[in-house]
Amino acid sequence: MSTDIEGIVHRFGDEVNTDVILPGRYLSLRTPEELGRHCLEGLDPSFVTRVRPGDILAVGRNFGCGSSREHAVIALKAAGVAAIVAHSAARIFFRNAVNLGLPVLLCPEAADALEPGSPARITLASLQIAQGTRLWHASPLGDEVRAILAAGGLVPRVRIALGA
Amino acid sequence: MDPATPGRTITEKIIAAHTADGRARAGDIVTVRPDVVLLNDVSGPLAFEQFEAMGAQRPFDPARIVLVADHFAPAPDITAAGAIAMTRDFARRHAIPHFYEPGRGGIEHTLLAELGLVGHGAIVFGADSHTCTAGAFNALGIGFGSTDLAGALAMGQLWMRVPDSIRVTLSGAPGPYVTGKDVILELIRRLGSDGAADASLEFGGPGLAALSMDARMAIANMAVEAGADTCVFEGDGLSQEDMARRGAPAAPAALADADARYRQVIALDLTALSPMVARPPSPADGVPVSALRGEKVDQVYVGNCANGTLTDLRQVAHMLRGRKIAPGVRMVVVPATQKIWRAALAEGLLDVIAEAGAAISTPTCGACFGGHMGILAAGETAIATTNRNYRGRMGHPDSRVFLASAYVAAAAAVAGVIVPPEDVAPVQEDAA
Ligand code: SF4
Repeated sequence: MSTDIEGIVHRFGDEVNTDVILPGRYLSLRTPEELGRHCLEGLDPSFVTRVRPGDILAVGRNFGCGSSREHAVIALKAAGVAAIVAHSAARIFFRNAVNLGLPVLLCPEAADALEPGSPARITLASLQIAQGTRLWHASPLGDEVRAILAAGGLVPRVRIALGA
Repeated sequence: MDPATPGRTITEKIIAAHTADGRARAGDIVTVRPDVVLLNDVSGPLAFEQFEAMGAQRPFDPARIVLVADHFAPAPDITAAGAIAMTRDFARRHAIPHFYEPGRGGIEHTLLAELGLVGHGAIVFGADSHTCTAGAFNALGIGFGSTDLAGALAMGQLWMRVPDSIRVTLSGAPGPYVTGKDVILELIRRLGSDGAADASLEFGGPGLAALSMDARMAIANMAVEAGADTCVFEGDGLSQEDMARRGAPAAPAALADADARYRQVIALDLTALSPMVARPPSPADGVPVSALRGEKVDQVYVGNCANGTLTDLRQVAHMLRGRKIAPGVRMVVVPATQKIWRAALAEGLLDVIAEAGAAISTPTCGACFGGHMGILAAGETAIATTNRNYRGRMGHPDSRVFLASAYVAAAAAVAGVIVPPEDVAPVQEDAA
């Protein structure tokens, strides 16, 4: 949770659904590498050529709405996306992202103000988002969400619960 | 009643009955034990890998797990065949009796109801966003991703926030050619695509009596398109009979207290509705069909977990009987389950549909999500009875999908353009 994220900001609008994040025809693929190659292809086929490991998405309302496909989170992570700053995110997408350790920070002010193409920095422990001299605070996360992120995702959390 | 402790919604009551301490009020974070856990050939394989990674040895209760090969089924390629093989293998290794593949199954949400596995007061956790279809049966269907459901397979429970409730009070009765699809497209238009976020849509009121179980399924199916966490219909005599017919265990209907607290109350008069079409790329962009008269279509698709029922196939046959599909238009019809397919055959519906020039497929999700069996080329337009018309949903990113009822879709097949159904088949006394 304390890891800092630093990367270039990419901007997308409202209602970016999981069909455009990872189109249905790729759903039989399962390796992160294969899925990552098609990340956001439905909206911007050139995204995968521009994104670099550690980059940050600044997005609008209801990010990740639609299909429950976890492949969308796997594709984003494999493409290099390290964090998402959103106005709001759809429930299933948000849970999937938390479960796989991809932070989704809810902060409409930052999501609107972050300059695309410039670097920004995220401090997860304090939920701070910074770009240049500007600083924002994302909405606090619930106890359960913090516990899953602290464990490194749902898989390690269930492993501990099962004593496996 | 005590104003300090207001009554409970249907959603609160059903969730409370599935927690260890019997407590659940809107906004609470609770741990819920579902009655049924549902996975398909796309969400399942990922979940099985996560299940193994969690170090789990066996699933919580094999009898309450349902595995359905429906998305890429029958397998269109080797990768998809591998995913179905993984699903079949998981069922075999853990002695899970409920595994269904082509020829014996269908689309998961329609199939689950048909099998009598959902009834009054039940909770289904599904690794699919349209698990909310179970709401038609006075049950709660809640969608999750694969890792969450791997956790549910391992532990038999998951955490969740108890949703707020939005009450939708239905009145009146739908006129000719107005269906469940039109009810939900109108509601999503009013709410917007995230207007029901963090909420459960609770349907009730005197208008319920005018809605068949198939119409209720069509409505419940698209609750998620308004951003809802889930939805639930009041149980009534019809849902009771339906449960008995499907062999679901008898259970009393879950009903809201008179002083239950709602985030919002919406009144919807069924009598005032007209057939609706949602324009691409949003299910929330509904307009009356008359506003789109003349819009040319290349493909007509009737099927999916929302509108692939016998009711829908009867509506298609009503429009196509004695007519032909317009030149330059192709129509694909996909009964949602094998049982529906056979019933439509026995009723002669499939012959009417084939005679008109439509292709009839075995039950599958297929083209609904742009998988296979009816993909759109660049620049093509489809009208479909499915639930999503996002950019590229059914194929090329530059193809378009309009969402509508089976009546409206079949009318477009005959006319070659979108038209009100009465333009093709004038309303008679006995119609609809
Ligand atoms: S028919 Fe379409 S919406 Fe329904 S479960 Fe299958 S892919 Fe999803």
